[in-house]
Amino acid sequence: MLSQLGADAKVLAGGQSLIPLMKLRFANPEHLVDLNFVPGLSYVTNGDSQLRIGALTRHAEIEDSEIAARIPILHDCAAGIADVQVRNRGTVGGSLAEADPSGDWGPVLLTLAAEVRCIGPKGERVLPISKFFVDAYTSALAPNELVSEVLVKSPPKGSSGAYVAFKRSAPVYASASAAVQLTLEGDVCREAAIVLGAVGLMPIRVQEAEGALRGQKITPQTTAQAAEAARAAADPQPDMRGSAEYKRVLVAGLVKRAIEVAARRARGERVEITHAYC
Amino acid sequence: MPTAEKIERVPIDVKVNGKPHALEVEPRTLLVELLRETLDLTGTHVGCDTSYCGACTVLLNGKAVKSCTVFAVHADQGEVLTVEGLAKNGDLHPIQAAFGENYGLQCGYCTPGLLLSTYQLLDGNADPSEKDIRKAIAGNTCRCTGYQNIFKAIKAAARQMRKA
Repeated sequence: MLSQLGADAKVLAGGQSLIPLMKLRFANPEHLVDLNFVPGLSYVTNGDSQLRIGALTRHAEIEDSEIAARIPILHDCAAGIADVQVRNRGTVGGSLAEADPSGDWGPVLLTLAAEVRCIGPKGERVLPISKFFVDAYTSALAPNELVSEVLVKSPPKGSSGAYVAFKRSAPVYASASAAVQLTLEGDVCREAAIVLGAVGLMPIRVQEAEGALRGQKITPQTTAQAAEAARAAADPQPDMRGSAEYKRVLVAGLVKRAIEVAARRARGERVEITHAYC
Repeated sequence: MPTAEKIERVPIDVKVNGKPHALEVEPRTLLVELLRETLDLTGTHVGCDTSYCGACTVLLNGKAVKSCTVFAVHADQGEVLTVEGLAKNGDLHPIQAAFGENYGLQCGYCTPGLLLSTYQLLDGNADPSEKDIRKAIAGNTCRCTGYQNIFKAIKAAARQMRKA
């Protein structure tokens, strides 16, 4: 159907971004192809090593799922998106396909090295999420392709993460956000993934920040080095949510907080966090 | 100028406050427009119309949604609960009574939405903590009360409903 309708068609999932964009006439599609009554696209399955999340799964369903209880960064993300009403409608596939620079799932799924299964008339392909985002509001999806599911590898023992966003109020997009996933062996950090959200055209993976932790103990000093690397790597636009410099400082603080929580969780502690509000 | 095209209409079956309706709607019709303009249920308010303020919150299949950001066709084969469906036989629902008794409203514009968000909260959580309440109503903006009396009202409603 998308092939027939061509570029004038938009896919409608939960509608929590697309419907407001259409009201503002930022999006003006000739045709909407509604996925909401397509069966079999909403599920969270829990294999031994691989988790699968159907594209039409609502954020609230992920928030309440068993995998979110097991992988805290997924819960931080799902439970922190906008508000209850939006989470009841909005979907993970829709959020990814929208590729909003301030979207929450991008940074989190990047730290988990997730993959995105896309389907189209030519069949299926599985993209690493690092190849899925192409530019602001632009994904690697062809106009006649859809996201069908998200694949997440179960993090190994000793690995945990945290996602913190700073928002002016619940329903709005984050001013900045940070996703951190750490793998600890005793006191030493074996693996680190650190991704920034809302401070660039796409989520920004900060390898310098990861390098500051890898092979090191998580101390205030190494954490500060990672946060400084994040500050330097951020490339934010000044807007009504703050100046570029403000957002750089903000995102460094969020990285620090996310590292601290991720490290405590990786040591087996239960830490509940929520996003920060001004 | 575009010529007048035949306006496409889609049949939907929807139960609103327990009453079944067989309707034909334009695909672009929003759920809130269906409720207010077709069914004359004007208790559901349009505040911002941008999916921010939550004044238009209703329950769709038991879940709070912003009815200004859901198409009416999405309610097909579904059930909608609006503020008009809360009172039974002229008796206010305990949530409504608690908002009144605790001064949980002033101008009342946001109240229908807050009542329905509270309804979903208490449906799954009979004894919500302060944090649970905060999370449940984060998508509802009130410009009068400062929220303190809304918190009191929700706690009082929960107490009342646990007794019942």
